Amino acid sequence: MGEIKLMKGNEALAEAMIRAGCDAYFGYPITPQSEVLEYLSKDATQRTGMVVLQAESEVAAINMIYGAAGCGRRVMTTSSSPGISLMQEGLSYIASAELPCVLANVVRGGPGLGTIQPSQADYFQSVKGGGHGDYRLIVLAPSSVQEMVDFVRLSFDLAEKYRNPVMILTDGAIGQMMEKVELFDQMPRKTEFPDWATTCKPKDKERRYITSLHIQPEKMEEINKHLQAKYKQIEKDEVRYEAFNLDDAEYVLTGYGLGARICRKAMDILREKGYKVGLVRPITLFPFPKKVYEELANRVKGILDVEMNAGQMVEDVKLSVCGKTRVEYYGRMGGMIPSPEEIVENFEKLFIKGEA
Amino acid sequence: MSNNIETAKFRPEICVDENLVYRKPSTLLPEPFHYCPGCGHSTVHKIFMEVVEEMGIENDIIGVAPVGCSVFAYHYMGVDMQQAAHGRACAVATGIKRVQPDKYVFSYQGDGDLAAIGTGETIHAANRGENILVIFINNGIYGMTSGQMAPTTLEGMVSTTSPHGRDVKTQGYPLKMSELIAPLPGVAYVTRQSVHKPANVRKAKKALRQALEYQKQGLGFCLVEIVSNCPSNWRMTPAQANQYIDEKMLAFYKLGDIKVPEVK
Repeated sequence: MGEIKLMKGNEALAEAMIRAGCDAYFGYPITPQSEVLEYLSKDATQRTGMVVLQAESEVAAINMIYGAAGCGRRVMTTSSSPGISLMQEGLSYIASAELPCVLANVVRGGPGLGTIQPSQADYFQSVKGGGHGDYRLIVLAPSSVQEMVDFVRLSFDLAEKYRNPVMILTDGAIGQMMEKVELFDQMPRKTEFPDWATTCKPKDKERRYITSLHIQPEKMEEINKHLQAKYKQIEKDEVRYEAFNLDDAEYVLTGYGLGARICRKAMDILREKGYKVGLVRPITLFPFPKKVYEELANRVKGILDVEMNAGQMVEDVKLSVCGKTRVEYYGRMGGMIPSPEEIVENFEKLFIKGEA
Repeated sequence: MSNNIETAKFRPEICVDENLVYRKPSTLLPEPFHYCPGCGHSTVHKIFMEVVEEMGIENDIIGVAPVGCSVFAYHYMGVDMQQAAHGRACAVATGIKRVQPDKYVFSYQGDGDLAAIGTGETIHAANRGENILVIFINNGIYGMTSGQMAPTTLEGMVSTTSPHGRDVKTQGYPLKMSELIAPLPGVAYVTRQSVHKPANVRKAKKALRQALEYQKQGLGFCLVEIVSNCPSNWRMTPAQANQYIDEKMLAFYKLGDIKVPEVK
């Protein structure tokens, strides 16, 4: 049993970063995630020797990440939606140069400066690319403060396994809420670094360089093919999701992160009302758990996708079921959070009354 | 080639160390430069790699290449290197230096990279006193994208985006980055050099060595600006371009030390 604490999501994430043996954090203040940098600034360096640096912008922060990740270090940054937009160029370079790193996006309502209230409106940006060129992030969606802790360690492992940036896509509510968490023990920081890392030219070996520039299109196509093969492998091996009450389900609610948490309550209410409703919560948004939806498509009457956005993940659900079952969407936007009762009401309106 | 050597009556017995007057440093990779004839980049690459060789630090140094003509600097400099996004070299160098503070770290950047899109990263790295060397090649133009106006383009200077000459009233004034950065307390050493004449090449090399010595002492941010040319985009021969440096560039961008560390 690890140490049990009552912690705010952002602080739990920061604590997990220290304990995961993170070598460097570069970040810039933005609501609702500033607690991460504040928490790390207290004593992270004294505790493990990790670098904690407040950058002059999110643009600088992500490029500091590039530099330190290129040295084979465990590095992480966090931000919220507008700041993550500024990081997209850097992320494209990082993905192309295949540098492992972890980011957390504590999403707030947009577009534009928007609001500081929680939202899920950055799904497309996180899952479909975000920056220029064909690349993917591995995207994990925590739905509790405990998962903010657990996914930090998992993210570092996945980032290093695949030499790929990993994004923890969370939101302002999970970042700000306090819950009981079990913390894992302090892990040592790495003392050995991979061969590709620019840790200075070894005496008896070739020097290394990190780049995303390949002027010859034949070479650049090869790089693209290599990246796509890696993403295929990730889709094969790294899908994670959680499912409830699917055995007898006639209908399925689906959502991720905070949305899924609200759906669980809605599912319980619907079950009490006598509807056989299940729930699918994707944990990895990329790779998307297509197969569970594919399988459900052959046996359920409908899927209600619930999101805190205008309907983004619903496109992936629809692609997965390929028209074989009805897929509807219900959600709130701009920092509003749907209530379980609203979900129940919309479920009945769409599937029950509509059916009659 | 072999024919020429035969004509010149090749005498291997004179090829001994004591007669050596010129050679390529071992730290420069056996790759032909892609730079245009007369361009200052190859000279700066060479003298910097000579410094690295002479200091014996090729296993203790990491470089950052910019976006611009010297984007492929890592094809020539035989040390560990990273290629950075346009303007972000100082941030990338910060990331490298912070996790490996005992290693030498340098960035190599042009004026578009350092003085336009990367001004913020440059000033903040300088102001934090990042213990890195920034080699700043100032030729007053965007070379790689073929001759657009740079922040450093001289008043009245013709470029593809100032075809009537830079009009400072509408296009702004040429920016002196070295003078802008020198007053910051985190900055140890700022000097402006050139490589258009042999004597200047020697001085520039000395400045690069000096900057790395300061980095070794942990004194902070060092900027070595090198006023350079762009024969292709200035639409000049290499000789004319070097004359233009003498007559025009150096009249505005004065050579010499702008800030040196106080002697203790």
